[in-house]
Amino acid sequence: MSALEYNGSAIVAMMGHECVAIASDKRLGRQAQTLSCDFQKIFQMSDRLFLGLPGLGTDVETVSNRLRFRLNLYKLRENREMKPRTFLNMVSSFLYSHRFGPYFVEPIVAGLEPTTSEPFIASMDLIGCPMITSDFVVGGTASEQLYGMCETLWRPDLEPDDLFEIIAQSLLNAQDRDALSGWGGVVYIVEKDKVTIRHLKARMD
Amino acid sequence: VTRRTLEKLVMECLLGIAGRDFVVFASDCTAAHSIIVVKDNKNKMVRLDDRLVLLISGEPGDTTSFGEFIQKNVQLYKIRNGYSLSPHAAASFTRQNLAKALREGPYTVDMLIGGYDEHDGASLYYLDYLGTMAKVPYTAHGYASYMTLSIMDKNYKEGLSETEAVDMIRMCIAEVQKRLIINLPKFNIHVVDREGVRTIDDEKMET
Repeated sequence: MSALEYNGSAIVAMMGHECVAIASDKRLGRQAQTLSCDFQKIFQMSDRLFLGLPGLGTDVETVSNRLRFRLNLYKLRENREMKPRTFLNMVSSFLYSHRFGPYFVEPIVAGLEPTTSEPFIASMDLIGCPMITSDFVVGGTASEQLYGMCETLWRPDLEPDDLFEIIAQSLLNAQDRDALSGWGGVVYIVEKDKVTIRHLKARMD
Repeated sequence: VTRRTLEKLVMECLLGIAGRDFVVFASDCTAAHSIIVVKDNKNKMVRLDDRLVLLISGEPGDTTSFGEFIQKNVQLYKIRNGYSLSPHAAASFTRQNLAKALREGPYTVDMLIGGYDEHDGASLYYLDYLGTMAKVPYTAHGYASYMTLSIMDKNYKEGLSETEAVDMIRMCIAEVQKRLIINLPKFNIHVVDREGVRTIDDEKMET
């Protein structure tokens, strides 16, 4: 089995009107066996910058720690917040530096620009090829299911409350059709003035 | 990590159940080399600190070597800084070493780390040979997990007492001894709580 499909995950980020949302499932498994339904896959890198890491569990932890370290050093040196686009480039070059022995994660970046609060979402493959979109990005073992749900439900300029409903339903229904992801869900709604975290009640199977 | 070494991980049984202020552990005592039982009273528990325990299974040399390495480093931190590492910190340190070794010369070991901390109460961490770490209320390693996780799912509840947890562990061990083709006659049961680490002696566990 591929390393990317060993632990199982479903992550999605969506663009809204002056906000972004990022959501993930909570399952950690050892192939077919479920080990934990509380595994963190979305990490708050900065005030309004989030990183979602679908893929191999150990690399999720390692990559999030390494990137947090680099981001914090940047903040100390430059004395300012890192822009999402810059962070994307940092993740991309970090992953490419391990081109022939990669980390088995396919990161999703979601956040708001520090000064203008303009929303930003992007995703990457395991060797750092970036893709910036203006609607939604998906990742994990349930990515194909997520593409279907997002394409159907998403529309531009969603307000935060509507965006929450749309991303939650996209995640829940996609992960229900994937054996390796699910067992709960968490949604982060990132707005200019606040971040709201909501845990979803999902099918626990 | 070859398939043969991975197979060694599943033959042994580690169990753990965490309550609010205690953690109950069980590990089998069999050390086997292919079809031969080399030792039948092996202790797979490493005492990292007064209230911190590591259960380790897998490739024989790696278990001793890595287990001791972690133990000595936990003690070194205590000597240097004057206070102990928290269970979470010790588990993270262990995880980091496993993850670093993964791409160079992996340790083929599965582990459970658990302990009592004044701040956070009791906590139990699942760690595998890849460096995957998860804080869990209860867990199991090896083939035995197929039989025991569902027993724990059914019977576990928030705030369960130590007696209930020990009974649940006994239930799990009985199931493993009944249904797993690999003969695991002897188990060690340990409890970590505010008072420290102690072993539960049990005649019943020997078949």
